[in-house]
Amino acid sequence: MTFMALLTIFVLAIFIGFEVITKVPPTLHTPLMSGSNAISGITIIGALILAGRTDHSHAAQVLAGVAVVFAMINVVGGYLVTHRMLGMFKKKD
Amino acid sequence: MVSQNVQNLLYIIAAALFIFDLKWMSHPRTAVRGNLVGAIAMGLAILAALLGQPPHGWTYILVGAAIGSAIGWVSAAKVKMTAMPEMVGLFNGFGGGASVLVAGSALISAHTSLLESGAEIDMQMKIATVASGIIGSVTFFGSYVAFGKLAEFLAVKWKLHAWQKVIKYGFSLACAVGGALYAVPAAILPEGATGTDKLLGALIILSGLTIGGMLLVKKDRFPGMDALKWFSAVACVALGVFVVLDPANFLLFWLLVGTGGVLGVLLTLSIGGADMPVVIALLNSYSGLAAAATGFVIGDSVLIISGSLVGASGIILTQIMCKAMNRSLANVLFGTMGPTSETPDADEVYKTVKATSAEEIAMMLDGVQRVVIVPGYGMAVAQAQHTVRNLMHLLEERGANVDFAIHPVAGRMPGHMNVLLAEADVPYDKLREMDDINQEMEQVDVAIVLGANDVVNPVARTDPKSPIAGMPIIDVDKARTVIMIKRSLSPGFAGIPNPLFAAENCLMFFNDGKKAIQDIINAVKES
Repeated sequence: MTFMALLTIFVLAIFIGFEVITKVPPTLHTPLMSGSNAISGITIIGALILAGRTDHSHAAQVLAGVAVVFAMINVVGGYLVTHRMLGMFKKKD
Repeated sequence: MVSQNVQNLLYIIAAALFIFDLKWMSHPRTAVRGNLVGAIAMGLAILAALLGQPPHGWTYILVGAAIGSAIGWVSAAKVKMTAMPEMVGLFNGFGGGASVLVAGSALISAHTSLLESGAEIDMQMKIATVASGIIGSVTFFGSYVAFGKLAEFLAVKWKLHAWQKVIKYGFSLACAVGGALYAVPAAILPEGATGTDKLLGALIILSGLTIGGMLLVKKDRFPGMDALKWFSAVACVALGVFVVLDPANFLLFWLLVGTGGVLGVLLTLSIGGADMPVVIALLNSYSGLAAAATGFVIGDSVLIISGSLVGASGIILTQIMCKAMNRSLANVLFGTMGPTSETPDADEVYKTVKATSAEEIAMMLDGVQRVVIVPGYGMAVAQAQHTVRNLMHLLEERGANVDFAIHPVAGRMPGHMNVLLAEADVPYDKLREMDDINQEMEQVDVAIVLGANDVVNPVARTDPKSPIAGMPIIDVDKARTVIMIKRSLSPGFAGIPNPLFAAENCLMFFNDGKKAIQDIINAVKES
């Protein structure tokens, strides 16, 4: 994709983020934070692609491998901890 | 190999699901579904990436994913709800760290493949790599400091537990040794190493030592800190320019990461207590922006979309937190808060303080209509949330209406009190926002303030010269009676006395939060 296309996506996504998140009530700010934190683990995509390539130097592959570990902690831990937290908000209905 | 279109289609679906995830986060009823949808979106995005660019080697992917998932799963399943602020901080850091590593890996990879073809790395990738390196590194090291401060092993003077020592000294050692392990063979020993290479290598070692050393300081401020903060910020920008000019010199990139780390440590180290929610929210935003920058590095739209969603979410939370403290972000990051020369003397203010007992409080609570409980960080420290819930049930059985008034910055992260009270099964409609409850405060018979201070200090409304002037507060002083549960008359984070303690309608109950509430429960039952 061209730079301008990516930049357009970036700007529009920020606007969507602002719109959607201003509606979250303070009660849910902690789960919102840990949930959105899990989303930021999306770097896992980049890490996986680079870790799976064998056509570049070994150093690049090792770095990507460590990145997979980090991002996976972020993703798995983030979603699970958010789920646990939200379970507590739910059961009083 | 799946066609590019299929991969992009899956990416779009994933991006849309991420938006639904955040949208459904706006109500407790739909939030669980939202979070699950988010997890599914992540799965889809991973699937799309693996289908679109099928890996040639699976070793690093499988081993890395297995280790990461195991660590993430175990820590998320084991962590106590009271330790949630540090857990969120820690996960944040891993996200930032991953972004740096991906950018570094992409830089090296692009260089090797382009070297063969003789082409140049394009401008977008160069700039994005710099952004990802700086933001990611600030996020990683800043989050580690936030984690360490919340888990109370960084910048403290007291004796540490064994596990705290292992993390604290282990991390510092890793920073110091890591810099040297990379720089010595890469820049100093090779025969063809130029003077510039050696200098860069030495600077990388220095940045590692600086980070490691600063993390061992037992205070949260040290001389020269502000100067170093500005210096490292400027150095980051300068190095960024150098990396763009000479992306083939990896030493420059890693020095940039090291300098970003110094900046991350310095920005977070001096942040104390009540400012913590701002920093946690800010780091959250950074981890998203780092992911978005990484998206520009590898030219991947799903990273950009999800990264900017998180970035926006963190910025909004940061704004809300700053507003709730009546401070600008710059003031939180670079300023200090404390008593001024015009702050009245505490002894003078506290001349008419009245202490009370559990029995007296029980008598007061007999037959009341409306009770409001204002929890603060003290409730989290005393782990009093379950006891408070019991008091709520007891008073409601006796016909009172009990609400909780939550100040936006109460606790150590946005929404901290809400999570603790939710854990203790307090229904979420009982947790009232500040603006909402303040309108009804005059009809409240008894306001019980548990481990909060600055957020109920009426000076914020009355004294324009006070450091907290203009900060929105919970107007408990307008209730008929206020009971302050506190260990002592010590000041809160702002370091100023609270005239509410000496007000005519205020009684002080000096006690540990949990024990105080339990004593009141017993006394109410006996009366």
